[in-house]
Amino acid sequence: MDKKKSFLVILSETRFLHILLSIILGFVVGAFFLVIMGLSVGDAYGRLLSSVTSVKGFSYVVVYAIPYIVTGLSVAFSFKTGVFNIGAEGQFVMGSMAAAVVGILLGDLPKFVLIPLCFLVAMAAGALWGVVVALLKTKRGINEVLSMIMFNWIAFYLSNFIAGIPAIHSDGTAEATKNISANASTLLSKDFISQYKLCPTANWGILVAIVLTVVVWLIIDKTTLGYRLKAVGFNKSAAEYGGINVNRSILTALAISGALAGLGGALQLMGMGSRISVFSSQEGFGFAGIVVALMGCSNPFGVLAAGLFYGALIYGGSKLNLVGAPTQLVNVIVGTVVLFIAISVVFERIKYIQPRGRRKTASLQDGKEESK
Amino acid sequence: MKKILALVLALCMVFALCACGAKTEAPAKVRIGMVTDVGGVNDKSFNQTSWEGLQALDPAVFEVNYLESKTDADYQTNIQTFIDEEYDLIICVGFMLADATREAAEANPEQLFAIIDDASIDLPNVACLMFAQEQASYLVGLVAGAVTESKTVGYVQGMVNDSMNLFGIGFIAGVLESCPEANVLQYNANSFTDIAAGSTAAKDMITKGADVIYQAAGGTGVGVINACDEGGIWAIGVDTDQSTLAPEHVLTSAMKRVDVASQDISKAVAEGNFTAGIHMYDLSNGGVDLAPTRDHIPADVLETVEAAKAAIIAGEKSVPTSVEDCPEFTLS
Repeated sequence: MDKKKSFLVILSETRFLHILLSIILGFVVGAFFLVIMGLSVGDAYGRLLSSVTSVKGFSYVVVYAIPYIVTGLSVAFSFKTGVFNIGAEGQFVMGSMAAAVVGILLGDLPKFVLIPLCFLVAMAAGALWGVVVALLKTKRGINEVLSMIMFNWIAFYLSNFIAGIPAIHSDGTAEATKNISANASTLLSKDFISQYKLCPTANWGILVAIVLTVVVWLIIDKTTLGYRLKAVGFNKSAAEYGGINVNRSILTALAISGALAGLGGALQLMGMGSRISVFSSQEGFGFAGIVVALMGCSNPFGVLAAGLFYGALIYGGSKLNLVGAPTQLVNVIVGTVVLFIAISVVFERIKYIQPRGRRKTASLQDGKEESK
Repeated sequence: MKKILALVLALCMVFALCACGAKTEAPAKVRIGMVTDVGGVNDKSFNQTSWEGLQALDPAVFEVNYLESKTDADYQTNIQTFIDEEYDLIICVGFMLADATREAAEANPEQLFAIIDDASIDLPNVACLMFAQEQASYLVGLVAGAVTESKTVGYVQGMVNDSMNLFGIGFIAGVLESCPEANVLQYNANSFTDIAAGSTAAKDMITKGADVIYQAAGGTGVGVINACDEGGIWAIGVDTDQSTLAPEHVLTSAMKRVDVASQDISKAVAEGNFTAGIHMYDLSNGGVDLAPTRDHIPADVLETVEAAKAAIIAGEKSVPTSVEDCPEFTLS
């Protein structure tokens, strides 16, 4: 810490190059499939790039990235603290539904009261969804991954149920909730949007996402709370031996992680969706958070960048049809990237094991020589 | 490490070059863009049928494309993409897109839109493609009333509103006409996606003696067809020819020719005579009909159906369109 490290050393320590290489390989594999399908790689990737580089396109990317960044932070936070929050999906759904209920029923409140209120209930709902799972784990020893996957579905159907309540359900023919009150919306003003030629759903949720990034970084790296949670994440037994209440740490970690995912849901709803439709399938924001956390190495700032990258892929990918390439190409790229990132972790482990192994054999040989 | 950086830079340049090469298109064709609802383009229903209709258009005249919506929030973005690309017509498939379409149409009065199955948008640049679902339902009702041996038929609906009720009203009117003493079991699943609920409802009806069940309930209806297949009774499909779901037990389907409708409106745009407002597709213009799969229907029943169809087209006969005109309809 005392010496000034060169930029490249920092890069290699944060596994930045591994990730970058994985991303490039992802695109190479994507290109491979394009060639097999007889499509032009240039057309497809050119389209991907050109659709995100205009002002309007980039504003779309930012808007699309907001929920991915926040759920990414949620999952990254859980990774750092030794639990695997695969339930971000359900927490996201609960958060957005809680914000929708408040945004619809209390729509007359002034903007500066309503928006924070929506954020708060969304965080509370997400945290609750995390805490229940954490309680099941700490009190009854139920594996959090299993209960979270089931809680995702409970949230899914609960959301559909709430969307069907007459006071919440749309008055029109749409199978969705009513639109939230304009007072709960984080959209930028129409004049501002047309002046800078942004996308119609441009909203200031990205500022919240950036603030959250810094907050998560502060909690993890600069507070005793973060130290405790990380200690549990590294080694539960050692942390307990060191006097840390492991169960309470797991509760806190999942509560914070859930609150983040819930807030992600609120940001998506208040910025982009304005309403929640009756789901026929999971929308996958929470699961995408896992991918984003992996691509961002669970580092908050990495997650911010990975979220933007993922948003760009999703938004750019939605336009691939226009040049005749399938939208699913993006899934191929993302899947490959995650696979290569996972492989890079294995290589790192091998790197750590090898020297120890050599030392062992070396000392054994020494021993033999001595005995001779 | 330097090698990797060099590689990255090289790739960046390749991408940049690709981006320059992407913009060479001949603008002569009429460009039609279709936005799906969250069902996706391979939903074996509305979206798929519309897309197949568009694909069948003459490729020398039309350039057709679709964008799939994964979430409710994608509708707006996808519509905006086609607007930015300056497509001549944007077809929005399904009433789920009504709000997004209305908003986009108000903000872009020069852009032409068509929406399928929604009549709520009254704007000079939006064509609403509607289907006389009660007529198609009436025809399958005639068939159901004629083939039932237990004099008990079932009907499962996905949602109760004026537009959905037309399916049930038409069906019951048809059943009672061909079998006046028939008992029609009715169930509202309150969902278009709950396969399990559809299956349960159908099994319940089967135990109560139903031997033909009609459903107008999207994905829930797939559950109804599955249960009929297992229970060995007749199911009647809706919207598209659903006989592929259970070839042995789907009697026929009440078909809405979404493909014809989307082709018609595209051709109208190409010829420069796009008209806004409600375009009604019914028996007289081939917009609704029995599905082409009708091998299971006895020949004499088919004759009756064809006669009724001719009478409706000739205006000698009308199908009820309100609950008051169809007293047996009690779904709530």
